[in-house]
Amino acid sequence: MKFTLSWLKDHLETEASLDEIVEKLTMIGLEVEEVTNRAGRLKPFTIAKVVDAEQHPNADRLKVLKVDNGSGELLQIVCGAPNARKGLVGVLGRPGDYVPGLDFTLAVGKIRDVESFGMMCSERELELSEEHDGIIDLPEDAPVGVSYAQWAGLDDPIIEIGLTPNRPDCTGVYGIARDLAAAGIGKLKERPLKQVRGTFPCPTNVNLEFGDTPALCKAFGLRLVKGVKNGPSPKWMQDRLVAIGLRPINTLVDITNYMTFDQGRPLHVFDADKVHGDLVVRRGKDGETIDGLNGKSYTVDDSVCVIADDNAVESLGGILGGEISGCTEETTNVLIESALWDENGIAATGRKLGVNTDARYRFERGVDPDYMLPGLEAATQMVLDLCGGEPSDVVQAGEVPETNRIIDFPYAEVKRLSGIDTVVPEMNLTLKSLGFWISGTGDVVKVAPPSWRPDIEGKADLVEEIVRILGLDRVPSTPLPRSDTVTTRVLTTGQIRRSKARRSLASRGMNEAVTWSFISHDQAVTFDGGADALVLANPISSDMSDMRPSLLPGLLTAGQRNADRGFPDAALFEVGQIFTGDQPDDQKMVAAGIRRGTASHAGSGRHWSGTSDAVDVFDAKADAEAALSAIGAPVEKLQVYRDAPDYFHPGRSGTLKLGPKNTLAVFGEIHPRILKDLDLDGPVVAFEVYLDALPQPKNKATRSKGKLQASDLMPVRRDFAFVVDDGVEAEKLLKAARGADKTLISDVTLFDIYKGKGVDENQKSLAIDVLLQPVKKTLTDEDIEAVSKKIVASVEKATGGTLRG
Amino acid sequence: MSQLDTLKSELLAAISSAETEAALEDIRVSALGKKGCISEQMKTLGKMSPEERKTMGPALNALKTDIADAIAARKTVLEEAALEARLQSETVDVTLPLRASPADTGRIHPVSQVVDELTAIFADMGFAVAEGPDIETDELNFTALNFPEGHPAREMHDTFFFNEKEDGERLLLRTHTSPVQIRTMRTQEPPIRVIIPGRTYRCDSDQTHTPVFHQVEGLVIDKGSHFGHLKWVLEEFCKSFFEVDDIKMRFRPSFFPFTEPSMEVDIQCDRSGDEVKIGEGSDWLEILGCGMVHPNVIRNCGLDPDEYQGFAWGMGIDRIAMLKYGMPDLRDFFDADIRWVQHYGFRPLDLPTLFGGLSN
Repeated sequence: MKFTLSWLKDHLETEASLDEIVEKLTMIGLEVEEVTNRAGRLKPFTIAKVVDAEQHPNADRLKVLKVDNGSGELLQIVCGAPNARKGLVGVLGRPGDYVPGLDFTLAVGKIRDVESFGMMCSERELELSEEHDGIIDLPEDAPVGVSYAQWAGLDDPIIEIGLTPNRPDCTGVYGIARDLAAAGIGKLKERPLKQVRGTFPCPTNVNLEFGDTPALCKAFGLRLVKGVKNGPSPKWMQDRLVAIGLRPINTLVDITNYMTFDQGRPLHVFDADKVHGDLVVRRGKDGETIDGLNGKSYTVDDSVCVIADDNAVESLGGILGGEISGCTEETTNVLIESALWDENGIAATGRKLGVNTDARYRFERGVDPDYMLPGLEAATQMVLDLCGGEPSDVVQAGEVPETNRIIDFPYAEVKRLSGIDTVVPEMNLTLKSLGFWISGTGDVVKVAPPSWRPDIEGKADLVEEIVRILGLDRVPSTPLPRSDTVTTRVLTTGQIRRSKARRSLASRGMNEAVTWSFISHDQAVTFDGGADALVLANPISSDMSDMRPSLLPGLLTAGQRNADRGFPDAALFEVGQIFTGDQPDDQKMVAAGIRRGTASHAGSGRHWSGTSDAVDVFDAKADAEAALSAIGAPVEKLQVYRDAPDYFHPGRSGTLKLGPKNTLAVFGEIHPRILKDLDLDGPVVAFEVYLDALPQPKNKATRSKGKLQASDLMPVRRDFAFVVDDGVEAEKLLKAARGADKTLISDVTLFDIYKGKGVDENQKSLAIDVLLQPVKKTLTDEDIEAVSKKIVASVEKATGGTLRG
Repeated sequence: MSQLDTLKSELLAAISSAETEAALEDIRVSALGKKGCISEQMKTLGKMSPEERKTMGPALNALKTDIADAIAARKTVLEEAALEARLQSETVDVTLPLRASPADTGRIHPVSQVVDELTAIFADMGFAVAEGPDIETDELNFTALNFPEGHPAREMHDTFFFNEKEDGERLLLRTHTSPVQIRTMRTQEPPIRVIIPGRTYRCDSDQTHTPVFHQVEGLVIDKGSHFGHLKWVLEEFCKSFFEVDDIKMRFRPSFFPFTEPSMEVDIQCDRSGDEVKIGEGSDWLEILGCGMVHPNVIRNCGLDPDEYQGFAWGMGIDRIAMLKYGMPDLRDFFDADIRWVQHYGFRPLDLPTLFGGLSN
């Protein structure tokens, strides 16, 4: 919402400075976004008359002007404008003046050997409009030598406020003045509510025809003014409209725009001679079209409210007038409309047709119903004043809805909700100055909000009115009472797991990424997602159409972006949500990561101490186990399965499970086909840890870690090597060895895998180091021999292998 | 006696010229070994007269001691030299650069770090951390929060929708973390003090808007908390978060459907340089919206607004991270550019605490 200072002062008697007004506006909730004063920077530009214009001796398109700027001396100026001519009165810039539209400061110049002592300016050069077809062409009687900005009414600061949607009353300058007056900035000038007497019945009738459907128009007032003389509106009106960014059209149209911004009361004017028969306000019929005054064409249906005559749809009610019946300079008989529209109907139509107008903006927020007829009267008076003519009676269809409502208001509510200290007279004064009615005495009174405040529903709204006008800075800052106890744990298990997974992965040299929650449909399908329920109806782009079923697509493409920038060895992870369905429980928390190139745990790239190899499945497995360990999973009890999702390399991937069904993590090399499909360079390894899959920890009765069991007896190590078939998994062998004697064997380590000479083609040798920890007595050779036999027997039985001789 | 002197001088000369421990050992054997020259001489003592023995005995013993000492001394010298030589040969170039340790190269994203900072601050004020799903119902995202159907305030939210289901329900991506207010109030008995960090979504994209962003919401519901308390909470938060001793704040009336009265909050800053400085200067910067929870919202959660009251606020996590740590562009938060994460990220072991300072 924009207005000028002088416009505000039409309604507000005040001695306050611009700064005071601006500060107060912001502090009562009408946030000032910008204040501009065009006069400031245009101050040096003066009105000047071209006394003589001759052809430039060396250039066809240039003229050499002699310009009178009132100094008594004629200035020579070279000018290229097509409309530069003898007798033109325009705007002159002198050497030293800054031209905002060109962003330079004028100097004495020489153009094709002819000296030039300034410039005649276009509107664009002065940033007044986009007009640049020629230099400014003022009326002949414009006073030469006077400051242009001052003469043109530009010396009037433009204030722009960011209006919140609850304040339709401040979509007009009058409403803003009322708020300021209530806040102690001056006195509101009462607006005249004068009825204009009609001299004949309005020949055009209006009918609201909604049948048994909800009425999209509540009330409609109409009147004819005949014999008007339309033309350009007066300069003061044009100046104000231009200042707030509107284009003056003609007096009748300008009056409706002026009323829209002055009173927050949008109106419409029809050229009565182009309206056929009576007006009907009704729902549109499928396929009906209208050419709007904005030059665009719209097709309506039965959700749209239209005004039609015998011929056609003449207006999108409350939003946009039609081209056919619009007023032009030739209009002599005008129908003035002042109506009340259904807020939701206006909003829905505006959205559906994609049309934003100043009228829609106001009607969808709620225009003062009680001002429907006074607004029509005020507009009529303005038409009579500026265009003459003879007014008819007013015809009205529908009834202006009753807005009266009474709120029981306990004064104590102000202190209860805001903490402010105030007294009843101050509260009453504030409410009354905003137009509220108060009746009753005592602790609880009855308050009626004014018709222009549809946002006021209950006592909390009254508290807001009082507090915002008295000033939020009057509320003392009050410490929130602190708990009587020391702060206990505030995070949930899930939150703690995320934090631990995050910091453990970062401590493994990985960088945390945050990627979009949505990915392309193809990627979603590839990563076992793509369900209809998770496809956005209005995605921002096709790359962001589906809620992610996995964090990996986002990380993989992020990794590739880094590679494309010259950083192929990326280790990235993300801890975030994935979506397996559209219900709250379908949203799962996952820690996932990727390693590309040589970005292994030890470091990446070449180094004197040893060059890193390409990342492999064990890097991903180690990351997954580290994250699981960090969140408290019993890593030693997890089992490794070969059933990783299809997006992993089938031979180089696995899952980590707690029991046969509960998958806590997946890891592996990304499938080469996926790399190709997603256009990624390999190798890439990845893992996903399902943070929610780990059962909740049981409540512990004690924090004690139990007694340390450390034997005083020396442990003994023994090595064994077994030859087994290639297909035998190491875990099987290790498990068999560990299980051979659970009291003596405290650890088994696989320390060598050998294939080659001395081992058959389809076999491998696995060497293990077994740690024997005696508990009761030192081991004798016989004891060791006995346990060794058990180990060999157990492993051979489990794996079908043999002890390597 | 001169014979012994000669022997002594010969042996001492040999000892001092021995270059290796082996050569020295040879000398020791030849002099003091079982058949060594001094040992042989000692054997002759028995055959000597008591007088002869009286002089030769001490003389030989003295010689034996001198030679043993000389050998020991020489041995020490040789050992020292050998150690010195070994140390020389073992010298390495200690300027060789190391590989960086993983814990030094990994980084935590600023959003995660800032959430941890928020948690530390608000946990101290007695707040817990609540969460809710990203995919929400229209009811929880709008209606229960007092956004009337068709109200322009809904349009300001640029909502991402899912397709309408057969039963007419249309889910959406939450446009703010406020639905979690409703979820919390409907499941938890007051008094309530929670902060609600999380992802939020709006279909908007430019330098200061991304379709995904992070918000943190705060909610206090009890029987006495008013706007003065809200002011205190936010003032204390801003000082603590921006790690400044004092900060001027400005509360301006504003509008949100789910609070009444509603306020926007500006903080004092200095925009004169390249970076915005918080807590100095004379400019204002809007950082959050807040207000007293609207009676309709309290009622929608099954509580009586005449009995219960409270306040809520919401702000952009990415935005306050940018203000504190100086990232210029919001879009970079979601790009996973390693250079950016390395520069703006945090070390994995730097967990923010109030007792150790939020950032160091």
